[in-house]
Amino acid sequence: MLSNGLSVTKIITGLDIAHRIEQMFPAAVEDALPEAATVTPAQLLDACSFLRDDPELKFEFLSSLTAVDRLEYFEVVYHLTSIRLNQMTAIKVKTTGRENPRVPSVTPIWPGANLQEREAYDLMGIVFVGHPDLRRVFLWDGFDGWPLRKDYLIGPGGRFPGLERFPGESPEPLGGRG
Amino acid sequence: MTVRAEPFVVNLGPQHPSTHGVFRLRLTLDGERIIDADMVMGYLHRSMEKLAEERTYTQNIPFTDRTDYLAAMTGNLAYVIAVEQLCGIEPPERAQWLRTIMCELQRIASHCMAVGIFANDCGAWQTPVMHMLRDREKVLDLFEMACGARLTLNYMRIGGVSRDVPPEFMPAARKLIKELPKKLNEYEDLLLENEIIVERSRGIGVLTPEQAMANSVSGPMLRASGVAWDIRKADPYAAYDKVDFDIAVGVHGDVYDRFVVRLAEMRQSVKILEQTLDLIPDGPVHAQLPTATVQPIDQPVAPLAIRPPVGEAYGRIESPRGELGFYLVSDGSPAPFRFHIRSPSYINLTPLKLMSVGGTVADAIVILGSVDIIVGEVDR
Repeated sequence: MLSNGLSVTKIITGLDIAHRIEQMFPAAVEDALPEAATVTPAQLLDACSFLRDDPELKFEFLSSLTAVDRLEYFEVVYHLTSIRLNQMTAIKVKTTGRENPRVPSVTPIWPGANLQEREAYDLMGIVFVGHPDLRRVFLWDGFDGWPLRKDYLIGPGGRFPGLERFPGESPEPLGGRG
Repeated sequence: MTVRAEPFVVNLGPQHPSTHGVFRLRLTLDGERIIDADMVMGYLHRSMEKLAEERTYTQNIPFTDRTDYLAAMTGNLAYVIAVEQLCGIEPPERAQWLRTIMCELQRIASHCMAVGIFANDCGAWQTPVMHMLRDREKVLDLFEMACGARLTLNYMRIGGVSRDVPPEFMPAARKLIKELPKKLNEYEDLLLENEIIVERSRGIGVLTPEQAMANSVSGPMLRASGVAWDIRKADPYAAYDKVDFDIAVGVHGDVYDRFVVRLAEMRQSVKILEQTLDLIPDGPVHAQLPTATVQPIDQPVAPLAIRPPVGEAYGRIESPRGELGFYLVSDGSPAPFRFHIRSPSYINLTPLKLMSVGGTVADAIVILGSVDIIVGEVDR
């Protein structure tokens, strides 16, 4: 609580949320970092309905759903908010490899995932199994490729995306990722 | 006996004034009743998330003006808050207050458009929106004083704001704040009891609190359903923890309540502005960025590149349309590895089918107007 009676959103770290999920589903957690807990795709729906319905968690609001290309695999990131308890957490799901990435859809649990999963399918090519209406949303049907993937070439000459170095920067590494 | 007609498809948009940009709604009708609504988007898709992966963190700030172009300040702020979380930068006090002032002015300007265009959709053709535009112009004049631009402002910086406001800004802002309550009274007299608006919007497009939360609806739409959720209160950023205001909440969750909530929020913004203009402290407006994240560059003409440590951050604020979030992943290079915009306009469209099925074509237009979409933010 702040001095004037306002509250601040409580962030439940990935380590804590992983612990809570493990108590219910012992084999559900793959990995836990302070940012987010990684859940196995097989038990994603169980873990999500637990997160939504548990009286101490009550994550009834899916804030954000997005996908990240991690080069060896894809991950889908879910940011969850509990409006009634004013707390937030994040969970992730990893796909196995880059070929044919498939993740269960969370639309039965949070209908708000509908458009967000369609966006992740459209731009990253992740198939959400069980989604009621998985179609392209921004690009047209028949568009070739998944633009947000790191191997999707852009610009003439097929430049690989990602800026390694600031323009005009010294070639000597200065710390960070040179 | 009910007569059933052959299902009939009507394309609302992409070029139609009530779709607020290039947005297409495919309505399947049974007579005048809507039996299916399908959204077709992407006419304004500029692939900002991909472009941002090729640019430095500072170069990405202007993109955030061009997503929600009627609320560029809030777009800027959400992004820089996410970068500051990633780098662990704390902006100085005066910058926090300036951010609060700018965001509330922006909320007034944005809600002016939302309410005015909504009245347009209801059939009050052009008169209310012209009154609203008159007041929005005065807010844009203040923005022009502060940063030289009126629409794509690019005012926020990582660690503060681009520059302090000129000396004539505060008196001009005070003058506007004094005038606005009179104007708001005028709008309320003109619109709140207006029979056409009431008849066309009351009881239309209802979302229960449970439906609104399950569908990830945020902002005035969520509050109109009776859920008192405002990130300015729940998770204060900038200087919102130091000002006093109320959350405007609706009761019925219908189109009319969304419109009333927006009008009430403008009054609360005036209340916040009255306090901020008195309480704002003097001091620097830009933090010294920590040397660990800013590397000096041997060529003096090149700007400093910010290299956040490896990690990820989700920064969110209450934009005029709802929860605006930026999810950033850093790999330690000067450009974000992943740049995702959680845009409220796009996600608030999720229950559009739920709200419009069973209504008439005329209802679909006011329902879409009540969502207050900005197509630049829907498509990005």
